[in-house]
Amino acid sequence: MAETTVPVKSEEKGLAPTQEESRYLVPPVDIYETTDALVVVADVPGATKETIEVDVEDKILTIKAQPSYQTRGESFAEEFGLVNFFRQFQLSDTVNSEKIEAQYRHGVLTLTLPKAEAAKPKQITVSVN
Amino acid sequence: MSLGWDVFREMEHLHREMDDFLNRRPVRWQRGPAFRWSFLPGRAARAYPLVNVTEDQDTIYVDALAPGLNPDTLTITIVENKLTVAGEKQGLGDQVKTDAYHRNERAAGRFVRTVNLPAPVDQNQAEANYTNGLLTIRLPKPEEAKPKQISVTIN
Repeated sequence: MAETTVPVKSEEKGLAPTQEESRYLVPPVDIYETTDALVVVADVPGATKETIEVDVEDKILTIKAQPSYQTRGESFAEEFGLVNFFRQFQLSDTVNSEKIEAQYRHGVLTLTLPKAEAAKPKQITVSVN
Repeated sequence: MSLGWDVFREMEHLHREMDDFLNRRPVRWQRGPAFRWSFLPGRAARAYPLVNVTEDQDTIYVDALAPGLNPDTLTITIVENKLTVAGEKQGLGDQVKTDAYHRNERAAGRFVRTVNLPAPVDQNQAEANYTNGLLTIRLPKPEEAKPKQISVTIN
């Protein structure tokens, strides 16, 4: 699973550009595979359910989120700031993009991307003569 | 002693510099990396969670960037002007086999962090709120810590 932050060829189908112009944060992720799905877990603190955008187009998974966070008063110690989150992944298996499930809880976004029928592992029985 | 420098003072100086380096004194947030590093496995030994401490006339605000916590494990204690936040960030645990991972960047585990507050606070009126992975703590200042204006009389 290669990560892409460069624009992919997008002329033919008139796809949206795959690059974010503004400054952004790259959320840390865990990605693991189960027999029938790919699960992506991303830390996107400070965002709300409404500001998270997830889409799969041409085997490219895009995660965007806009956290809303503002400090109040005078700063004594400042260690973090939040700008938009942005990250893209190139998916190797064909994903059933209509059945992607997303869940957001305590700042953690969990995506379940079911594999398309063709990409699921098939067990082959060995016949012994 | 005609030695130009004091060995012990030099040692102490070096020691202090190392301490500063390791503790990473609160620096102004620099673009990018600090945020990522604090979550990467093996680097979680650095200060976690990252905090912003701000204050206005009546209140001190402490905001901590801590996604994926189990709110039940979160404990916040105040002793004088030290605020301690402890808790546990939940990992994916045993439900995922090691060989099923493509990427594993989110560190998890227990943490404790103590921050110094710029002024004393009224411990009984402190409030904490955990929303969308951000922990926001409101610490009202007691009457004696609020700024007072002194008028100048001119003779």
